[in-house]
Amino acid sequence: MEKKLALEMKGISKYFGTLAANKNVDLDVYRGEILSILGENGCGKTTLMNMIAGIYYPDEGSIFVDGEEVVIRSPKDAFAKGIGMIHQHFKLVDVFTAAQNIILGINDGNRYNISDVNAKVKQIADKYGFIIDPSKKIHEMSVSEKQTVEILKVLYRGADILILDEPSAVLTPQETDKLFAVLRKMRDDGKSILIITHKLHEVMAISDRVAVLRKGEHIATVSTSETSPEALTEMMVGQKVTLNIDRPEPENSVDRLEVRNLSLTDSEGVKILDNISFTARSGEILGIAGIAGSGQRELLESIAGLSHPVSGEIVYNNPKTGETENLRDKNPVQIRELGVRLSFVPEDRLGMGLVGNMDLIDNMMLRSYSKGRSLFVDRKKPKDLAEKIIKELQVATPGTHTPVRRLSGGNVQKVLVGREIAAAPTVLMAAYPVRGLDINSSYTIYNLLTKQKKDGVAVIFVGEDLDVLVELCDRIMVVCAGRVTGIVDGRNTTKEEIGLLMTKTDTNYKNDKNGKGGNGDEK
Amino acid sequence: MNVFIDYLLTAVPLGMTFLYGCVGEILTEKAGHLNLGIPGIMCIGGASGCLALSCLNGLGLPAFLVVIIALIAAFAGGMVMGAVYCFLTVTLKSNQNVTGLAMTTFGVGTTKFIMSGLAENGGMGYLYARDFFRYPFAESTTSLKLCGVMVYLAVVIALAASFVLSRTRVGLHLRAVGENPATADAVGINVTKYKYVATCIGSGIAALGGLFYIMDYSGSYEAYKSIEALGWLSVALVIFTLWRPHISILGSVAFGILYLAGSRLPTLLGIQFDMSMTPLLQLLPYIVTIIVLIVTSVRNKRENQPPASLGLPYFREER
Repeated sequence: MEKKLALEMKGISKYFGTLAANKNVDLDVYRGEILSILGENGCGKTTLMNMIAGIYYPDEGSIFVDGEEVVIRSPKDAFAKGIGMIHQHFKLVDVFTAAQNIILGINDGNRYNISDVNAKVKQIADKYGFIIDPSKKIHEMSVSEKQTVEILKVLYRGADILILDEPSAVLTPQETDKLFAVLRKMRDDGKSILIITHKLHEVMAISDRVAVLRKGEHIATVSTSETSPEALTEMMVGQKVTLNIDRPEPENSVDRLEVRNLSLTDSEGVKILDNISFTARSGEILGIAGIAGSGQRELLESIAGLSHPVSGEIVYNNPKTGETENLRDKNPVQIRELGVRLSFVPEDRLGMGLVGNMDLIDNMMLRSYSKGRSLFVDRKKPKDLAEKIIKELQVATPGTHTPVRRLSGGNVQKVLVGREIAAAPTVLMAAYPVRGLDINSSYTIYNLLTKQKKDGVAVIFVGEDLDVLVELCDRIMVVCAGRVTGIVDGRNTTKEEIGLLMTKTDTNYKNDKNGKGGNGDEK
Repeated sequence: MNVFIDYLLTAVPLGMTFLYGCVGEILTEKAGHLNLGIPGIMCIGGASGCLALSCLNGLGLPAFLVVIIALIAAFAGGMVMGAVYCFLTVTLKSNQNVTGLAMTTFGVGTTKFIMSGLAENGGMGYLYARDFFRYPFAESTTSLKLCGVMVYLAVVIALAASFVLSRTRVGLHLRAVGENPATADAVGINVTKYKYVATCIGSGIAALGGLFYIMDYSGSYEAYKSIEALGWLSVALVIFTLWRPHISILGSVAFGILYLAGSRLPTLLGIQFDMSMTPLLQLLPYIVTIIVLIVTSVRNKRENQPPASLGLPYFREER
């Protein structure tokens, strides 16, 4: 079959403030081809695709469709050029039927008649082998059905370039296989399909070519048949960067927290944590690595008593009494009193842990307001604490009475971590504590965690940057889709090893020539 | 029996006051905006209508035309209030509850100012829309005297709103905006436009209710004093009817019956209530609304819930 260029991107750059999300990216897709866009979290895959779909507008560069230069300013423009994107988070109206969602926003001049739409949706679905009831309401649908509606929505608009943002993230392996079968049918029908993914085995299974992005830059585009998961991982994670983080050997390590066979399901019955077991030791930093949304947050919340696991045990060895206690029987306040502290830095930083409109002192009091016998609150101690944190962590703030939301991101994080540390915890859980911080502030936080470790605290550190994880942590637990795929020694591991574990799933991939699911098992 | 028919024939027109307010509020809420300014908007509707009547009084225009102009004035007054509310909540993204309550306070106060001014200047000259288009009840018998054109208009508007919401593309888009504005935006629906248009038209419709109450139902400009209370009932009626305009026709009559129960039940049943019982009986519509809320919450059917993004401002996602 003669290959015809469908979409071409030349020199595309996009900046958010001073941060370059994409830098000078060149990319091309042919008709009747499946191209995988591969890369770590935050490497600019989704941003790049959003520019084709009209969500963002590129700062530099040009886009060509069928050889002609085009300007895409809105999703509508993209549709007009035959480009449709299926977002990771479905954009569907819950109380509408599938057909109503599909025709939403389309005005083709015909009278609005839902039975005509139903028939046309059915016709498209049959052509590619989708199974769907057009008059079923979205809120009655399973996740994979919702995804089908999203794909049909794009096809109904006549798109022949489809972009799928991590389509398999929400699907079971069987559903993924079905989806891939449909995608192959669409490819054979001459459509161009771009899949954003970080699952290597899927890349190998479905795509004709792979484009690898790293830190916003396009590294290479290779034919799937001429590459291997190892080669791709190397392109994805890049060269090792030396950070020189101080990492003393753990001393007098004892088991502090044991998690045994922990499972958690969400309100829709989907498994978020699947049979997780690990031990956190005192005087040690246990890193947790994984693709964002693999269950890290839920795991920490379960330990802190904020989520309720369906099965499993969380055993805490109390250093004061020497007794073991099961945290699952306790409420969050009791768990906190035991010295298990959670400092979670969410994407919006202020969402959990601090109240933006309150000043530093009041935020300190969020943890201690119930202390004391008097009718009135005691501001003296929290004030001292706030001043201590400002001094020791060098928080840049006009004073203790400044509302927290006026502080810069790094300082907010210092306040949050500082408050949890001040309570002399025995287990400190820090999730993404350096998110969005500059280098110096990050090092302040790393040093804080290391100091806690030296003081005999069991530190659990959830991080995004693999370079940091391999330099900071004593052991690293890798999770993927709610499962532990490996626990490695931080001193002897490599980024590549962790990278492979992060994308490892139990499904046997057929196209994997080397037959290696991941190197983690061999260690 | 006559007492009962008379009760019903008063309750229906009273209910129409609720119906105007309710349909207007449903349109606004379907766009995702909880407009608590409805009582104030209804007051303003009454005031601007009366102002128009007063200005046209004595110019020698045909009475029929004067009434039409008064209706247009009321509608326009409501739309202006709706536009201000939209500017604050849609464009400036201020808190909808606070803005709505401010609109009510403003509307009620302004109405009092206008109406007391009109009273000093010799009133508005009494004209009743109900005197025109009496068909099909041509005879102006006492019991039917309240059923004029505006009673039928209210029903027509409610049915039209119901048709638009469930059977047209515009209605589908409007509901999408109220349920999930991000989705609507992504498929190219102009969210801001839909919010503005729905809220302004809704406010206009609600404002007609205010004028109807003063001009037709009570026939006295003193009546403006009770519009605010009726406005709150209209908002309650929206919940009572589960955001469905066609059900609200029946719901409004039910509310009318319940609201009048305090004054009518004693005569109807031949029992003597203490005067202090009347306000308690007037609580009935609210109690019924709470019961409906409880029942629908317990049954927890997705279709019976308020629009999903009701009360939430929409920011187009920026990184």
